[in-house]
Amino acid sequence: MENLADTLLADKSKTIEGWGIDADPNNNPTYPMKHYTGADHQRLAYERSKQQMPREEILHSNERPGITRVFGTSSPPSGLSGHLRRYAFRFSEGSSAHWLTLLMADRVNVVEGLLDDLRHGHVPNLFKEHGWSAEWRYNRPGVIRKVAVGAVIATAVVTLLMLRSKRRKSQVL
Amino acid sequence: MLAMNYRGPYRVRADRNRPDPEILHPRDAIVRVTRSCICGSDLHLYHGLVPDTRVGMTFGHEFTGVVVELGSEVTNLHVGDHVLVPFNIACGTCPFCQQELYGNCHESNPEATAVGGIFGYSHTAGGYDGGQAEYVRVPYADIGPTVIPPGMDLDDAALLTDVTPTGYQAAEMGGIQKGDTVVVFGAGPIGLMAARCSWLFGAGRVIIIDHIDYRLEFAKQYAQCEAYNFVKDMDDPVVFIKKTTDFFGADVCIDAVGCEASGSALQTITGRKLMLQAGSATALQWAINSVKKGGIVSIVGVYGPTWNLVPIGNVVNKGITIRANQASVKRLLPRLIEHVMAGRLNPKGLITHRVPLEEVADAYHIFSAKRDNCIKPMLIPNQAPVAA
Ligand SMILES: NC(=O)c1ccc[n+]([C@@H]2O[C@H](COP(=O)([O-])OP(=O)(O)OC[C@H]3O[C@@H](n4cnc5c(N)ncnc54)[C@H](O)[C@@H]3O)[C@@H](O)[C@H]2O)c1
Ligand SMILES: [Zn+2]
Ligand SMILES: [Zn+2]
Repeated sequence: MENLADTLLADKSKTIEGWGIDADPNNNPTYPMKHYTGADHQRLAYERSKQQMPREEILHSNERPGITRVFGTSSPPSGLSGHLRRYAFRFSEGSSAHWLTLLMADRVNVVEGLLDDLRHGHVPNLFKEHGWSAEWRYNRPGVIRKVAVGAVIATAVVTLLMLRSKRRKSQVL
Repeated sequence: MLAMNYRGPYRVRADRNRPDPEILHPRDAIVRVTRSCICGSDLHLYHGLVPDTRVGMTFGHEFTGVVVELGSEVTNLHVGDHVLVPFNIACGTCPFCQQELYGNCHESNPEATAVGGIFGYSHTAGGYDGGQAEYVRVPYADIGPTVIPPGMDLDDAALLTDVTPTGYQAAEMGGIQKGDTVVVFGAGPIGLMAARCSWLFGAGRVIIIDHIDYRLEFAKQYAQCEAYNFVKDMDDPVVFIKKTTDFFGADVCIDAVGCEASGSALQTITGRKLMLQAGSATALQWAINSVKKGGIVSIVGVYGPTWNLVPIGNVVNKGITIRANQASVKRLLPRLIEHVMAGRLNPKGLITHRVPLEEVADAYHIFSAKRDNCIKPMLIPNQAPVAA
């Protein structure tokens, strides 16, 4: 393929002294990952597919003119997390407001997910969902240690609280 | 259908009543999944580190399957074809695809311009439900899916969708010259494959660094390389690498760890606990500091979209070239199929766990917590055949 960049710039050399005389196609560390053809200079004027029709709300980055020709349709924005996600997409991909708001939405979404499960009469099996049965199978001493440490800490805290409340009572007396 | 369902950080389940995927575009295909792996990249999702990971999504970007339905514009595939599906969703006609940057397609991800569409990889990568399911929708099916060559092991085929090309590209981006010393950070599936592939490019010495002993032992066998534990074998990995290269620095360093690196309290606390940066950049920091002047750092480890603490001043002063990308699977497939069929690469040797899709939660936990000497877990749906 003829180098598009060269064609587009053919007459620069007529007006700019020395235009392109030091250009070197080997001066390109993207090779061999990128097979440079100059197609970048087409910008967005490339051949595109038919548009997939959105059936649900699809958010798009404000760094592009609209949605892409195809897109995923998993979990459309909804509820409070959906509001947060819509808000996040007002900001560019270069801003922390975009990404941190999305992370916040993700955390809110977890609570929504729990409520949604319950609403559908499904009590999630948290033990199973965390893969704790595998933990019990492959790291039994670790689990026992964790439970033991937990129990010791809990006992210590309870004892401390009891002692304190006793002391406070004796002060009152 | 049965599919993996993300419920929140460290919480996933296999759900029976997920809706079957449909053809939504003339270039779509529906594929019945036969093999589907869990990737180190999925762990970033599983740990809640990737923004816009929505509850209810199905993960999975490393899968093989049988074509069961085709959109009207897909003419190069047939119903019944057994295909491996590259993790990148690529249109084939945008300037990036035209120039074989299939991991950077401009027409597959509305949500972000900085990353191409990826199956089952949050809405930041396009919002596609992935292949840890019985069925999956495959967009641009005329570009990505490749019919599994006769005689190829199905497990090898599944690992050609990501791990093999990513490890290979990590070595390729290193610009390895014959005799070079290559240091690979991370002895997960990606680092192991990168170390193995470094030999194909003529490395003179390959060193892999991790802190998990069973993985280092595995590396010595699998990649025939030196393997060191950055906690037990050294005080400071950078000084260790300098010393072992005659105080010159490695010729090439590869970051196959990404944003969940351990080894530096500052990086771990700011990156993984407080999330003040896009994960911890410990391995990248070590790579930059231990490569020689004028050396190359190749990054395939995944980082978040915000920012990371890296010694960029040293990049300038040492004249380092950084090369990085999501692997371009389709570009590399022809060469890698040759390597696998010739027995030069053995991807399936990485698989340590074969787990029914029903037990997806256990599989995630085992891989995430590095239990039972896990290197690479593979999920197998019930009806899947034993061979291709
Ligand atoms: N660019 C791509 O196309 C692409 C494709 C697939 C995976 N990835 C990324 O590659 C990375 C590795 O994937 P994986 O499947 O091998 O994951 P993994 O989690 O199995 O392996 C990561 C390894 O790094 C080790 N490690 C942690 N901190 C380290 C440090 N400071 N120095 C050296 N090693 C350290 C861990 O112990 C672990 O063994 C992930 O970030 C993943 O997202 C990128
Ligand atoms: Zn992967
Ligand atoms: Zn494209």
